[in-house]
Amino acid sequence: MTTMGLLLALSFVASLGALGFLIWAIANRQFSVNQQDAASIFEPGEIGTPDDSTAFQSHKDAKQQGFDAARARIDEAGHKVVVLMVAGAVLALIVGSLFGLISSFKLHLPDFLADSAVMTFGRVRTMHLNLVSYGWLSMAGIAAAMWMVPRMFRTPLRRPNLAFFGACVWMTATTLAVIAIGLGYSEGAEWLEMPWPVGILLGIGGACMAIALVDTARHRQVHHIYVTAWYLIGGLCWFPILFFIAKFPGLHAGVQHATVNWWFAHNVLGLWLTPLGVGTAYYLIPKIVGKPVFSYAVSLLGFWGLALFYSQVGIHHLIGGPVPTWVVTLSIVHSMMMFIPVIAVAINQHGTVLANLWAFKQSVTLRFVSIGALMYTLASFQGSLEALRSINSVTHFTHYTVGHAHLGAYAFTSMVMFGAFYYMLPLLTKREWPWPRLLNLHFWLVVVGFSIYFFAVSIGGWLQGMGLLEVGRPFGDITRMLQPYLQARSIGGILMTFGHLIFAVHIAALLLNKQTVRSVASVQPAAIAETV
Amino acid sequence: MMNRLLPIAVGAIAILAFATLMLVILPGIQIRIEEAPAGLQPYTAQELAGRQQYVNLGCVYCHSQQPRSHEQTLADAAQGWGRPSVAADYVYDRPHQLGTMRTGPDLLNVGARLPSADWHLTHLYQPRAIFDWSNMPAFPFLFEEKAQAEPGDMVVKLPPEFRPDGKTIVARQPALDLVAYLQSLDRSYPVDNEKNAVRDQGFAKRLEDR
Repeated sequence: MTTMGLLLALSFVASLGALGFLIWAIANRQFSVNQQDAASIFEPGEIGTPDDSTAFQSHKDAKQQGFDAARARIDEAGHKVVVLMVAGAVLALIVGSLFGLISSFKLHLPDFLADSAVMTFGRVRTMHLNLVSYGWLSMAGIAAAMWMVPRMFRTPLRRPNLAFFGACVWMTATTLAVIAIGLGYSEGAEWLEMPWPVGILLGIGGACMAIALVDTARHRQVHHIYVTAWYLIGGLCWFPILFFIAKFPGLHAGVQHATVNWWFAHNVLGLWLTPLGVGTAYYLIPKIVGKPVFSYAVSLLGFWGLALFYSQVGIHHLIGGPVPTWVVTLSIVHSMMMFIPVIAVAINQHGTVLANLWAFKQSVTLRFVSIGALMYTLASFQGSLEALRSINSVTHFTHYTVGHAHLGAYAFTSMVMFGAFYYMLPLLTKREWPWPRLLNLHFWLVVVGFSIYFFAVSIGGWLQGMGLLEVGRPFGDITRMLQPYLQARSIGGILMTFGHLIFAVHIAALLLNKQTVRSVASVQPAAIAETV
Repeated sequence: MMNRLLPIAVGAIAILAFATLMLVILPGIQIRIEEAPAGLQPYTAQELAGRQQYVNLGCVYCHSQQPRSHEQTLADAAQGWGRPSVAADYVYDRPHQLGTMRTGPDLLNVGARLPSADWHLTHLYQPRAIFDWSNMPAFPFLFEEKAQAEPGDMVVKLPPEFRPDGKTIVARQPALDLVAYLQSLDRSYPVDNEKNAVRDQGFAKRLEDR
């Protein structure tokens, strides 16, 4: 009891201290940001011009084309590494989707591909998770970051060769991790399955790309650091620390290992994939709409709130388990506090989209990004509620949690990255999308597919959870009841995978086809080119 | 502050350091001083080899190893999954396999609930030979088909319709190890109040309040 009281008191004092510091900092204008800073991603006179090559190309006047040409010159240095990361991310998405689909099928057809250890459910599911998290989402996010950061800071990517080397190492590490898991060399903790030597390789790859990004930021030609970059800096600081502590060999055991495991596994979402997704949306939404975000000061609350509260929610994965009560309670309280930063981001991002619904109707790219941002809000609200003891008793140990994880990692982060690629690649390669209508097809396939997926596992998972709480309900009865929901999940997964194949083929066609070169490069660069 | 890189990075790292203190270091200290309960034996070499199979086949993605308390639900005990577990029950577990999913039942006390090696071998070779509703994977690669069993072979008992071409199915070493691990899963010994304090008691409080 004494320990518990002391620890909660310590937590309270520290939170008060942090709050006091925040008030002091704001009072002393340490944090002063204003609405002009929100405009720092625009060129003078650019505000008011929507910008999305897939929707508003014909509206672009000479001035806008001049901005494009100047930014294209900034893109030049990072061109090779961004294209490599894009290609790697898309490849990981395709292979990862196929593994996801196979694991989904295995849950209702358990004898499907059962003859080899490599293809057993426990390994296929794990290869799926590692491919889509460390392959697709991380690589897509880093690719977008290496393209956005130079544009935001108006200076070319520094050390592009080091970044290229880092990208190669990261891709090698991800491939090795998946092969190792397939062959049975898993280390056994969820999200941390890759053998630790492979983890070191991943760390080296990530560090090389981080050095390039930080060096670029140090040479920036703008005074203000835009909100997107806060999230990217945060993610770059957090991920290596999390990964290093959680992967450290021989350090963890028993229930203590479980607390590190879920501290890591929730932070890899909250402090790595979420910053990549939220940061990208913070750049793309105002850029496509052509207007700065709704309230820039609120974005401060969103960022620091995320850092403060998200970092302590992980133990809500062990509610009702063999861990000290006070840690569980601490994580539940912080899960509730997450409403604050999430609402702050929602005001900014949805406010900007709602005020410009015409752009939402015209730009499929914006539709991907802002639906993604909306799903961040919903996934976070859902996550906070799932941390309540009464709701957790039902949803814990069920497919409901799987639905929640996909709402965050897929409907939020993946959708934002789809939009980011559609926006970025024509500008980066100076080529048009060969078949613009495929954007819409991709959008609807994944929206319909994911809706089926999400409602199937959420409803099925809830009924599973109720069944698991019912005294005397035979276990086989619950398994039988779940069958149709698991089948529906596979149907949703098939549609999503079709969407990804279209996405991949389209990107391959864009990268390989030399016919559709845009005429933009011939336009005289505007004045900003001089600062490069 | 939001115009410079260093303060953002320092602030971000400081906040994570605090979270690490609260979620990793302090609970770690509290949990790691727990000693093994009198009834808990360390794993034997064979059980550890079997545990390695459990880990690399990914059993944890469908099976938890943490029965819930009666204050939270009466269902776990009614299923025969055992008393609510405490941190001390896991002192020999590297890596931990607490799990977060119950596509299949909780296994922390499966050795006490289902002690028969024959049952486990049949169930691992083809779960649907025992439960027609089961969606657990079959693990045929842990076994081999033989025309005739040799002396010392562990023959898997199977209904005729699950026997391929009348051949005999014999357990390979990994299957025997895995079964040894499953049989070792037995935390049915009692724990004292002090040990019982190191688990989530948040539901117990709620029951008192009512």
